[in-house]
Amino acid sequence: MKNYWGAAMNRIFEQLAGLGRSGLEIIQAMGRATIMLYRAVFGRSVSHASFLSLLTRQIYSVGVLSLIIITVSGLFIGMVLGLQGYNILVRYGSEQSVGQLVALSLVRELGPVVTALLFAGRAGSALTAEIGLMKATEQLSSLEMIGVDPLKRIIAPRFWAGVISMPLLACIFSMVGIFGGAMVGIDWLGIYQGSFWGNMEQAVDFRSDVVDGLIKSVVFGFVATWIAVFQGYDATPTSEGISRATTRTVVYASLAVLGLDFILTAVMFGEL
Amino acid sequence: MNQKNDNFIEIKGVSFRRGERIIFDNIDITIPRGRVTAIMGPSGTGKTTLLRLIGAQLKPDSGHILVDGQQLSSMGREELFHMRSKMGMLFQSGALFTDLTVFENVAFPLRVHSRLAENQVRDIVLMKLQAVGLRGASQLMPAELSGGMARRVALARAIALDPNFIMYDEPFVGQDPVAMGVLVNLIRKLNNSLNLTSVIVSHDLVETASIADYLYLIADGSVVASGSPDDLHRSDDLRVRQFMNGEPDGPVPFHYPAMDYREELLGGGHE
Repeated sequence: MKNYWGAAMNRIFEQLAGLGRSGLEIIQAMGRATIMLYRAVFGRSVSHASFLSLLTRQIYSVGVLSLIIITVSGLFIGMVLGLQGYNILVRYGSEQSVGQLVALSLVRELGPVVTALLFAGRAGSALTAEIGLMKATEQLSSLEMIGVDPLKRIIAPRFWAGVISMPLLACIFSMVGIFGGAMVGIDWLGIYQGSFWGNMEQAVDFRSDVVDGLIKSVVFGFVATWIAVFQGYDATPTSEGISRATTRTVVYASLAVLGLDFILTAVMFGEL
Repeated sequence: MNQKNDNFIEIKGVSFRRGERIIFDNIDITIPRGRVTAIMGPSGTGKTTLLRLIGAQLKPDSGHILVDGQQLSSMGREELFHMRSKMGMLFQSGALFTDLTVFENVAFPLRVHSRLAENQVRDIVLMKLQAVGLRGASQLMPAELSGGMARRVALARAIALDPNFIMYDEPFVGQDPVAMGVLVNLIRKLNNSLNLTSVIVSHDLVETASIADYLYLIADGSVVASGSPDDLHRSDDLRVRQFMNGEPDGPVPFHYPAMDYREELLGGGHE
């Protein structure tokens, strides 16, 4: 009987120790991520001219190359919103408000959030894999040995490219989405276009809707890109390690975006 | 620069462990200025780790490492990166930047650390590539090179800034016999003509012994033997003899520790 209790207690303690260990690991990883970001963002940079050219190249590969997936998704989401909104609103005879519904949903929520989710999948995973492979092939080490800080040369331009691209992509997403909604609402379902656009113009406020949506997408850009570059930089430099890091980027970035979206929405539009 | 001291690198009482595993246990190694020093030993004895400790990419758990009289591991980041610009390192995989051409790879350290005009950069890069016999490959991308060629480009990049110290991590692995001969000569010639201090980490005995002035043999986390190649060839130590003569089994076991072979085949796993 005594033995049985001893074994049970041991198991409980092991579980507790495991919990503590993973808690410590999470906190350590967050610490490493913060130090990495601090060193990448502050401190003496590479020369301005070369930073600008590195940044431009990264904005191209992170932002411009994401345009297709962003515009196509935006168009379809706008069209679906128009269609679903019409089907419900027409029952109350207020189908003129479809424009308002489409625009507010996109600008406040779907624009920033869906863009960030697509961004994590399209650009975030690519960033992680690229940086992880650079680590595995000793390119990061060799930069260090040449006397160039990889945080400045590799991490910083990618990080800023993500932060800059995200709000722009979110704007494009919302804009294309609104056109999709208009296409369905006006051209297909026959809503009077004067009231479609007029209602939209009246309902959408620049400060509380457009700017708040932009703030959201800047925050998402910051967090998603930070997670992506850190996962690459911190990856175990093996093929298995890189594949796990890439998966983690998509999972963590998506969860972080959705969680932060709730918090930001509560602060911006809630009764707080 | 500390000219009085004849030792370019002094490793004193350095211990390093990775997790539970002890890689180095209180080792002392000195690397004389202007010479080719080779650090040899079986695979997995932490030879590459030693180079990373010298370059301060890793920090020792105890002891200290002086490079040209300075302790790198206590330097700030900026200072350390400046110091490293005077060191060259040839990585095992070459570690070329895959998004740059061969030319741009070799030009990279020049563009970062010097303010040379474009035509001067071009001349230096072509000279370095000529030295490794790959001037004709200057516009290729690293993905188009064979492993041996990539290593030679990496060597050209490592000497682009005319460093006074260069580390070679397994330079002879994966080279065909012709390229190997070229490389062996190149390392020796570079050392003599540029008055470099070279450290070669390798387990290719014949090639390394042919150009090294001094050899260190490390195994099981400590220095087993050291001396000139001739000294080591004459050594009576069984471990040294085993390594120098390339005997498959001896004091350094070929097999990873395991249960008895016979016992495992007959009994293990069929309970």
